[in-house]
Formats: sequence, structure tokens, C-alpha cells
Amino acid sequence: MRMLLRRLGFYLAAFAIAVVLNFFIPRLMPGDPLTRLMAVFKGKLTQSQLDGLRHAYGYDGGLGTQFWVYIRNLAHLDFGVSSMTYPAPTSDLLFYAAGWTLFLVGIATALSFGIGILMGIYSAWHRGGWFDAVFTPVNVMFTSFTPAVVALILYYGLALKWQAFPVGRAESNGVTVGLSMAYVRDVAWHAVLPVLSIVLVNYGSWHLGMRNSIINLLNEDFVILARAKGLDDRRIRNRYVARNAMLPQVASLALSFGYVLGGALITEVVFNYPGLGKFSLSAIEARDYSFISGQMLLLTASVLIANLISDVVNVILDPRLRSRSHS
Amino acid sequence: MTLPQTEPQHLAPSIADLRAELGIRPPGRLVRALPRSLQGFVTNTKGMIGVILLCALMFGAVFAPLLASHDPYRRSGPPRQPPSAEHVLGTTRLGKDVYSQMLYGGRASLTVGLVAGTMATLIGIVIGISSGYFGGRVDEVLTFLVNVALVLPAVPLIIVLAAYVEHASPILIGLVLAVTGWGWSARAIRSQTLSLRNREFVLAAELMGEKKWRILLVEILPNMLSFLVGGFVLATIYSILAEAGLEFIGLGDPSSVTWGTMLYAAQKSMALEVGAWWEIWPPCIAIILTGGALAFINFAVDEVTSPRLRAGRKIGVVRRFLSKRGRSADVF
Repeated sequence: MRMLLRRLGFYLAAFAIAVVLNFFIPRLMPGDPLTRLMAVFKGKLTQSQLDGLRHAYGYDGGLGTQFWVYIRNLAHLDFGVSSMTYPAPTSDLLFYAAGWTLFLVGIATALSFGIGILMGIYSAWHRGGWFDAVFTPVNVMFTSFTPAVVALILYYGLALKWQAFPVGRAESNGVTVGLSMAYVRDVAWHAVLPVLSIVLVNYGSWHLGMRNSIINLLNEDFVILARAKGLDDRRIRNRYVARNAMLPQVASLALSFGYVLGGALITEVVFNYPGLGKFSLSAIEARDYSFISGQMLLLTASVLIANLISDVVNVILDPRLRSRSHS
Repeated sequence: MTLPQTEPQHLAPSIADLRAELGIRPPGRLVRALPRSLQGFVTNTKGMIGVILLCALMFGAVFAPLLASHDPYRRSGPPRQPPSAEHVLGTTRLGKDVYSQMLYGGRASLTVGLVAGTMATLIGIVIGISSGYFGGRVDEVLTFLVNVALVLPAVPLIIVLAAYVEHASPILIGLVLAVTGWGWSARAIRSQTLSLRNREFVLAAELMGEKKWRILLVEILPNMLSFLVGGFVLATIYSILAEAGLEFIGLGDPSSVTWGTMLYAAQKSMALEVGAWWEIWPPCIAIILTGGALAFINFAVDEVTSPRLRAGRKIGVVRRFLSKRGRSADVF
């Protein structure tokens, strides 16, 4: 428990750093949103309009006041007004887009972790066999693919040429949103290619990580003892070796979340998927600065929450962590 | 009195026979001339495939001015020409030669990757070693920094930067990737330092009154060379792929020629939709080959430094060997 509290404290501190970065980057960069908007309007703004904009973006007053306003708005989940969906608040679009991004990333992470771990266990257990000989190098190749390239290839082959999957968007035109079978099927259909591209890039590293982790455990005393006791092979593999080899994987699962997320943002652009990646690009073009700063905070927060969840899972999987916190 | 011979001498197989049965070829003369640590790497097929591929790509990039047929920055023919004798890989929508762009693009992409990888590794070394060696307060602060660098996602941060910089040059992207990408190697180096700092030779150096920096640089650092190589390769892969990805979605400087911006231009001008495959495939394949080459090198470094992983390759042969002699092959 104490360990979890300490981790929680760390995540809060990390988030505070992200918040501070997010506050200072725009203010240290040459040209704040205001001067940029001035350029867009070619100076056709009156002083009062300018002051209004300055106030709306939180750029009036001294740095201290600005920071205070920024924090206060943040605490109310108020990210300002989006210039893309004016006059709707940025948070509407942010949470809508974040929903799709996390949907993609969640499913893709679960799939790639599951597939990679199973392949890793199998190929470590039968090292030197045909499965290991074929899939280990193949998966090394796959880990070095970039989401952009994989997504492009899938898009070209399966969506454009073969037309087996939709060429973009998360749902069909005119489909009614709701918990109906038809809607779920429609969304799943649109998610296949984006998820597949993220999975293809990521499952290989779990395969390799798990394989290495198992092979390094095989000569541990407890495995030899289990063999000496005559336990059957399946039991040793699943309960003794795989469970222990999982621990570092679960820990790095959370850390990889940020990386996977980055890949997902790029994948969204290829498939025109309505997630944070796609909207961030439109936001850059539309100079929607509140959206851009919002997406960073939101994504950072979700990565930190994923890390916290993985800490909890690790405590559940590893009794040693629990007993240590008791002593 | 002589000891009784339990086994007649002639039944023991000769080394040559054993080698033949186990499928081991003795290292050649050239290989044996190399230092021990390199021998393992040179005989590793995957690693060598990676090195050869990488060398070929670097060759193309370094000698781009000689190998290229046209100026990659200028219109050199009609737009969207399929591959022909004049334009080996066709032309882009703007009539630029794809083959020449690919060669020149490799310059920026590989340079950014290698420079960012080197910088990330250097930051990782400085922070990892000092936090592992000095311990205490220093360790606490630095470990905190490492963990922050590990958990904060890079791409959202780069999006923020790109919004204010507009058209980030390859160098800027590389810098940001280095600053965000050093966490992994710092962590690995720290744990490696922790295990090294209590060894006798480090203790001896301390007792002899060696200077701290000398202990770090001369005693500890060389002993984790393989970690540094592995970390460097990983950081480079990450940087090359991330740079390509970021430029592909349009966060880069469209006037520079890199594999990422080539993809961006192709995607933006709907190259796939109109069937101009020659615009998309060359940069894609170049990126895949670079990533693959580096991944294979990293895999080989892992195998060479961890004998257990390496042993895995021959396990089938060893099992057969043992069971043929009636021995249990269960120990592995």
C-alpha cells in the first residue's frame, strides 16, 4: 500500500512537471498565440478585440497571474474555447477525440500484449524449434516498422486496392449512435485497420521481451527445484516461469503506453480516424492553441493513469511487493 | 600404479567429429584475428545482415551526390512519371526525382537518427552512471528525473512544440527526440552501475585514491560497453522511426528532403489514391530496411552479451546430441 501511495505521489509530481512545461513552452517560444492570430487577421483587430482575445487565451496580466488563472481553469477542466469548433468549449472536442484514441490504443495494447506474450512463452519454451526460428527474427523485423509505414501499407492494400475495409473515419455516415449491434459492428469494422497497424508494430517487442525474460529464468533455483520435484512441464511453464517472467513485462507495459500512443496518433492521420492525433494536426493548422495544450495534458494524464494501473496489477501479481510493504 | 582406464581411448570422439555432429564450424582465420568480444558478433548471422544493410544504406546516403541522377530539390521532369530509364524510381507530383530524393533523404534521416541516438545515449550515460555510483540524494533526484522522462509521452509534447515552431527542421526534431528519449538507457546504465560499483576492482581503485571521474570513466564505463551499444542502437531506431512518423504527419519542414517528408508529400498529394506507388514505396522500404538493420544489430548484441540467449539457438542440436547418448536433455 505504501509503495502504491509513493508511486501515486510520483505520478502527481510528473503531472505537475507536464503542467508547468505546458504553461511555459508557449510563453517562451517566439510568438505567442496572440501575435500569431494578429498575423492571421493582418492587423485588422481593434485594441479591445485584442484585449478580449488576450484574456480568452489567458495571456493578460503578469506571469504569476497568468499561471494562477491557468491552474484555476485546469482544476475546472476548462481548456478554453476551441477556435475549430467555436463557440463550443475545447474540452468537448478534447474528450470526444480522446475517447476514440484511447479506444484504439486500449484494444491495440491488449491485443499486442496478449499475442506477444503468448508467442514469447511458446518460442522460449521451444527454443531452437521451427516456431522460434521463424517468428523470432520475423518479429524483430516487425518491431522496427514504424506505424506510419505499416498504416500506409495496410491502407493501400486492404482499404484502397482490395476495398475490404473502410478508407477512414470511425463510423459510417448516418449510422445511429447507440448500443445497438449494428453500431458496434460498424465501429469495430472501422477500427480493424487502425488497430491492426498498431498491433503489428508493437506485438514483436513483447514477444522478444518475454522470450528473453523466460530464458533468463530457466536456470533459477526454483525452476530447477520444480523440475526435480517432477512437476509436469505445463505447470512449470505457466505457474513457475511465465508468471515470474510476466512481472517486468507488466511494468514496461505501462511505460510503453506513451510510445504506443504516439504511434496511434500517427495511425489516426492515415486512416482519418477522429482521435487526438488527427485533430491535433487540424488544430495546428487552425492555430487552435487551447486544443493543442489540452491534448498534451490529457494524453500525459492517461499515460500516468495507465502506469498507476500497472503498478496495482504488479502488486497483485507479485506477492513480494505486498509483503515488503507490510514490514 | 596406473589408474584403470574406464573407457578405451579410441571410443572418445575427436573434436572434429563432435564439431561435425553439432554442426559447429571452427572460426576462420580472419575471424580469429579479431578480438574475442567481436568474434561472437561477427559470427552472428542476424547481426551481420544488419551491419551489411546499414552500411549499404549509409553508403547511399554519404555518396548521394555521386549516385543521384538529379537534384532532389528541383523539378527534373514531368510530374508523376512512373519509373523509367531517365527516372529510375519515377517522379513525384512536383516532378522531382524519387530515386535522388531517397538517397538524399537518407542523409537527413540517418544523421538525425544517429545524432539523436548518440545524444540520448550520452545523457543516459551521464545521468545513469552518476545516479548509480553516487547513490543517496543524487540518486534520488536523478532517478526521479529518469522516471519523469520515461513516463512523459514524447509525441504530444512534440505536437505542442510544432504548433509554435511551425515546420520543425530535422535538427530540431532530433533534438527533441534526444531530450525525450534518454530514459531507457539511463535506467539500464544505472542498474548496471549499481551492480558494478561494489566489485573488487572498483573498490581497489577507490582505495588507491583514484579520482571519482577516473573511476567512472576508466573502471566502470568500459565494463558496460555492450549496454551502451544496445542502448545506442535502440535510441537510434526510436529516433529514426519517430522522426519519420512526425514528419509524415506534417510536423516537419516540408522544404527539407527526408524519408519522412517524402512520405508526407506523397500522402498529401494523394499518391496512393491515384496509384503512384513509386512515390510511397521507396521511402517506406528505406525506413523499414534501416529499422530492420538496427533491430537485427540490437538482437545480435543481446545474443552476444547474454550467452543463455545465444545457447538457445543450438538447443535443438544439443538435445539431439545428448539423447542419442542416452543422457537426459531436460536440464535446459
